[in-house]
Amino acid sequence: MQSLDRLKESPSQTAGPYVHIGLTPNFCGIGGVYESDLGATMVNGETKGERIELRIRVIDGAGAPLKDALVEIWQADAGGLYNSPAELRGTADPNFLGWGRQPTDMETGVCLFQTIKPGRVPFRDGRLMAPHISLWIVARGINIGLNTRLYFSDEAKANAEDPILARIEHRARVATLIAERQGDSYVFDVHLQGVKETVFFDS
Amino acid sequence: MAEPGSNRAPETGAFFQRDRQWHPPAFTPGYKSSVLRSPQKALLSFDNTLSELTGPVFGHAMLGELDNDLIHNFARPGESAIGERIIVHGRVLDERGRGVPGVLVEFWQANAGGRYRHKKDGYLAPLDANFGGCGRAITGEDGGYAFRTVRPGPYPWPNGPNDWRPAHIHFSVFGHGFAQRLITQMYFEGDPLIWRCPIVGGIRDKAAVEALIAMLDMQSTIPMDALAYKFDIVLRGRRSTLFENRPEGN
Ligand SMILES: [Fe+3]
Repeated sequence: MQSLDRLKESPSQTAGPYVHIGLTPNFCGIGGVYESDLGATMVNGETKGERIELRIRVIDGAGAPLKDALVEIWQADAGGLYNSPAELRGTADPNFLGWGRQPTDMETGVCLFQTIKPGRVPFRDGRLMAPHISLWIVARGINIGLNTRLYFSDEAKANAEDPILARIEHRARVATLIAERQGDSYVFDVHLQGVKETVFFDS
Repeated sequence: MAEPGSNRAPETGAFFQRDRQWHPPAFTPGYKSSVLRSPQKALLSFDNTLSELTGPVFGHAMLGELDNDLIHNFARPGESAIGERIIVHGRVLDERGRGVPGVLVEFWQANAGGRYRHKKDGYLAPLDANFGGCGRAITGEDGGYAFRTVRPGPYPWPNGPNDWRPAHIHFSVFGHGFAQRLITQMYFEGDPLIWRCPIVGGIRDKAAVEALIAMLDMQSTIPMDALAYKFDIVLRGRRSTLFENRPEGN
């Protein structure tokens, strides 16, 4: 028989306790190598869309927020377009990459993103998904990066028709993906374990 | 828009499903930190949407001249980091074996004595005033990357009473889709600590561990200067879209 000739994906390994050295060196006191930490600033004066702040915490199985985690987010622009070569529907806002990276605060465990509210993006069948932001979380003790999404509490109607949220069998768990609006901020706690465990994705 | 640095059309097919038997599971009690940080419920599986198929791409313009030279990028002018000088090079490939161009690869490591420049690292080994420990590169047309550094030392860590990490370099790799995002570690051929490490031990398949071990590559050394190690990284591949239904609005 012939071989399918496929390679295996490189196995993941934890980012470890010193992930900041590689991904946010300025944050951990290694100055002068890079001008600034990549992904630290997502919007400029020209970026289109409603300014929002995300206040994210990652909470372990004992209820303590992680103070050594790193969170990356990926989202569409205000018009629902991704700034990516694989986006074939149009050209995204040139003033918005749609990607950000932040460490959790070493004292409080809070991780802050200043960004914009994303527009709606179509699902595979053309139906619109609710506005959402993709998250990827790494830290010491996490063997493979965790994927999930953040949806918005003030988008109840869109959330109710979202095809991904609709796939969650235990309906009470949908709430784990919905950030709560508090003023101009959205507060989102990611629970790694326990009764409030966040729905993580394999996609 | 073509792929960055390529005349190839952008690929938009869904990614091959991740083989979670090949990756370490979330819960690996031999690595104690994983106990309270491992999700316990089933993951939600679904075929990729645009949110996973797309991802950020970074241009070569963001790179500084010394970004791929850890021997010099933190050193005082005219000085250099202490240690065994090495070149690490390889290709970023997808599961179909094709080079992935234009992807950002970031790396970080301890110094030659096994000490990190981080306030939480209190290991006895001294800091090297000329070593920061971070670098980055963007892959070329064939998926190739290279950097220069010193070989990191092994180090003890609080887990069991006497656990040591094998010498390793941490790698963070982007693909062209957010679902390809990967962090892993590179180990060095011949290191006896690899097979004693609880973090490595989370990987069940010996062949998977071996996929993270870089080989000494004498052909790529610089005589009288640096040894070389070759480390290829494989990202998730995409299904072909040749005969796929085109969803409306896509
Ligand atoms: Fe390490």
